[in-house]
Amino acid sequence: MKLELSRVIQGGARLGVLQGIGRTGQLSLKVPGCLLYTHFGTVPHLTQDTLQTISILPSVTQVTLSNIAEHQEVLEEFKDGFKKFAGLHDTVLYCSLHDPATRSPTGYATNKTVSVWGSGGRIELTASKFMALLKTVKPDWYQSMADGETWPANTSRKRIRKSVDRTLAYLDECLLVHQKSQGLDGVELFGVVEGGDVMEERVRSARETAKRPVAGFCLDGLQTGSVDQALRTQLITSMTKELPEDKPRLLQGVGRPDEVLACVEAGVDLFEGFFPFQVTERGCALCFNYDVSPDPERAVLELNEEERSAGGDTQPKGDLNCEDQTQMTSFEMNLKDKRYGDDFKPLVEGCGCYCCRNHQRAYLHHLLVTNELLAGVLLMIHNITHYQNFFGAVREALAADKMDLLKRRVLGESRNSD
Amino acid sequence: MAATVEHVMVSSTAENSMSMKKALSAASPLTLRIIAECPVTKARACDLTLPHCNVTTPVFMPVGTQGTLKGITVDQLESLGCQICLGNTYHLGMRPGPDLIEKAKGLHGFMNWKRNLLTDSGGFQMVSLVELSEVTEEGVNFKSPYDGKEILLSPEKSIGIQNSLGSDIMMQLDDVVSSTVKGPRVEEAMHRSIRWLDRCIAANKNPDKQNLFAIIQGGLDAELRKACLKEMTLRDVPGFAIGGLSGGEEKNDFWRMVTLSTDHLPREKPRYLMGVGYAVDLVVCVALGCDMFDCVFPTRTARFGSALVPWGSLQVKQKQYAKDFLPIDPDCNCPTCKRHSRAYLHALFKSDTAAMHHVTIHNIAYQLSLMRSVRQSIIEGRFPEFIRTFMKRMFPSRDDYPGWAVDALASVNVTLD
Repeated sequence: MKLELSRVIQGGARLGVLQGIGRTGQLSLKVPGCLLYTHFGTVPHLTQDTLQTISILPSVTQVTLSNIAEHQEVLEEFKDGFKKFAGLHDTVLYCSLHDPATRSPTGYATNKTVSVWGSGGRIELTASKFMALLKTVKPDWYQSMADGETWPANTSRKRIRKSVDRTLAYLDECLLVHQKSQGLDGVELFGVVEGGDVMEERVRSARETAKRPVAGFCLDGLQTGSVDQALRTQLITSMTKELPEDKPRLLQGVGRPDEVLACVEAGVDLFEGFFPFQVTERGCALCFNYDVSPDPERAVLELNEEERSAGGDTQPKGDLNCEDQTQMTSFEMNLKDKRYGDDFKPLVEGCGCYCCRNHQRAYLHHLLVTNELLAGVLLMIHNITHYQNFFGAVREALAADKMDLLKRRVLGESRNSD
Repeated sequence: MAATVEHVMVSSTAENSMSMKKALSAASPLTLRIIAECPVTKARACDLTLPHCNVTTPVFMPVGTQGTLKGITVDQLESLGCQICLGNTYHLGMRPGPDLIEKAKGLHGFMNWKRNLLTDSGGFQMVSLVELSEVTEEGVNFKSPYDGKEILLSPEKSIGIQNSLGSDIMMQLDDVVSSTVKGPRVEEAMHRSIRWLDRCIAANKNPDKQNLFAIIQGGLDAELRKACLKEMTLRDVPGFAIGGLSGGEEKNDFWRMVTLSTDHLPREKPRYLMGVGYAVDLVVCVALGCDMFDCVFPTRTARFGSALVPWGSLQVKQKQYAKDFLPIDPDCNCPTCKRHSRAYLHALFKSDTAAMHHVTIHNIAYQLSLMRSVRQSIIEGRFPEFIRTFMKRMFPSRDDYPGWAVDALASVNVTLD
């Protein structure tokens, strides 16, 4: 794996490509980019047929131990790794500890163990069990075991320090096993940087983690709702100063478009792709504008302004410290709203996804009102597509020096074109 | 393929007198071509040409009640080879309502389904779903479960909704009585269904685009059934359904009514047996002369993790499949079986709704594949052999063969060894 950067904006955003990823080294991932979010290898609601209607799929698929841990025995008997077990398409498999779309309870990490929550309850993992699990999963990338239980608001400094210490200790244990295991040959281990909301701890964690032979860095404990974006930006900046330029940085638990933009500017390369799923679960469709092309007549712009100004139950833009991740954001439209009942336009004009090519808002509204399963399928397709296009726009903006314009578009402050 | 047919129009006045008008139409919205007839049983293999495409029979029609087939896209449904599926007048008439669907260019436009649609009249739901419903000569009165309002579903109203939906086949509104009910109510319902058929025929605004099927009633009473058949077959409708069965009745009574009905239905029109979808029932009733079937069972049971297979069903959520790395059916070519194992699906049911979609796709594929195999065996003159192989695969031993199926098949000259 090699990170080739084509642009680095001083002390901040990077633009480039992660080359030579995956078992055969044939795949690549553009950065800034996001991963493909799955439940146990399945993109929520989708089968391979519906998934493959999405033309721009991330080449890295994320699975989580919270889904997988309880199936360790089955995977061990299967022997051929998770990708084969799940019938996955040709992709790079990244294994994280937790599911970014759900909050795990805190108070369970110990000096020797972390816990994940499966369908049957809590599963405790020592470093050796963690590594054994990963050997049966056979991912291409994985995050090291980590204590990230510092996200609640009143976490003490002492607790934060402990999480940094523990995470480094887990990392060293994992590295020992990793380097000895033939089964993990060619597999990339990402170190996890902790530190809660304490600058010094963030710097310490980053510095120490960077000393280890890791392939990349996961920035943990900053998920949406844990800190406001201003502080998050500061903390990320303090960490990235300590991290080598040529290794990717994956920010965990952050997916809202406004937060993504700020974090890209602070030096983040990769994001987990769970936000489209959350939007889908509340019956909403992403519709925010990300158009930075010179043509001001694009329908997406007009449409977006229309949705924004139409009121309904949207909340103020760039809402900081949004505790409830299930709350609707201003980047989406609520298709359950009566006004879409007889709206025969596609979700987003010009989107081009399977849903927008084949169906109308009125139909989606009907599916949601009648609680039909197809709603989730169609919304997931649209939301992933829209989100992926957004990341494309981020890269385009970085290449053409149009980040300010993009920010204005996404945050909706400009009603007229430039 | 357009065919010139005599299009007989029947209208009824308040006194129930009939006047017959003969008119020649350039193209009928339904033509049936009998490709093969089984020399042993009453089975047929036909090509049924409907406005949106050809349908090969015998055919199983999946049910997409609310204008969607439970998590499956129209592309997936088309890829499975489905040529016709069902929508429901009662549900769609409530939400989103006929006016909106008309604005959306009919149910085809609304769900973006390019092949054929059949809509049920809403009659069955009125009785099965709703507590407070009252049947009068006018129609069925009931209380809407959504807003408590009182609604009257009359033959005219039902056909009006179905005209807005624009389905290729519409069902008459019939007076539906549970098959376990006995006594004078059954006869009353049978006669009323005939009167309602005439009102439906008169109310159909699109006879050149939408086919109205009659529904034979009469419960489990042979005389009532025969009387109904005699009357309804006098009306020149493009097809007939056999209704009032597939409820809780004894299977022994069920098959006798089916075969009695097909004995008295015209050969050159399709026979639709409503609400039948279990594999054994399908095979037997094809032998008894039925062409078309619908049932929620395959798609409903899929959502509970029950996969249909040639040897019965497989409950993929059960512990025994946790480490079973075979696909649901190693001989099945559906997208689910080509890619996923029982073990993966077993685990996936704990993580994501897509597990249901995988099994739904498989079950639809199973049903459609079964009907294709039946059809092929009829065309190749080996349907009785097919039946015997099918039964052997489905049941562990001869003792397990359902008695009613043995009797029904014997009645059409098929003995199971």
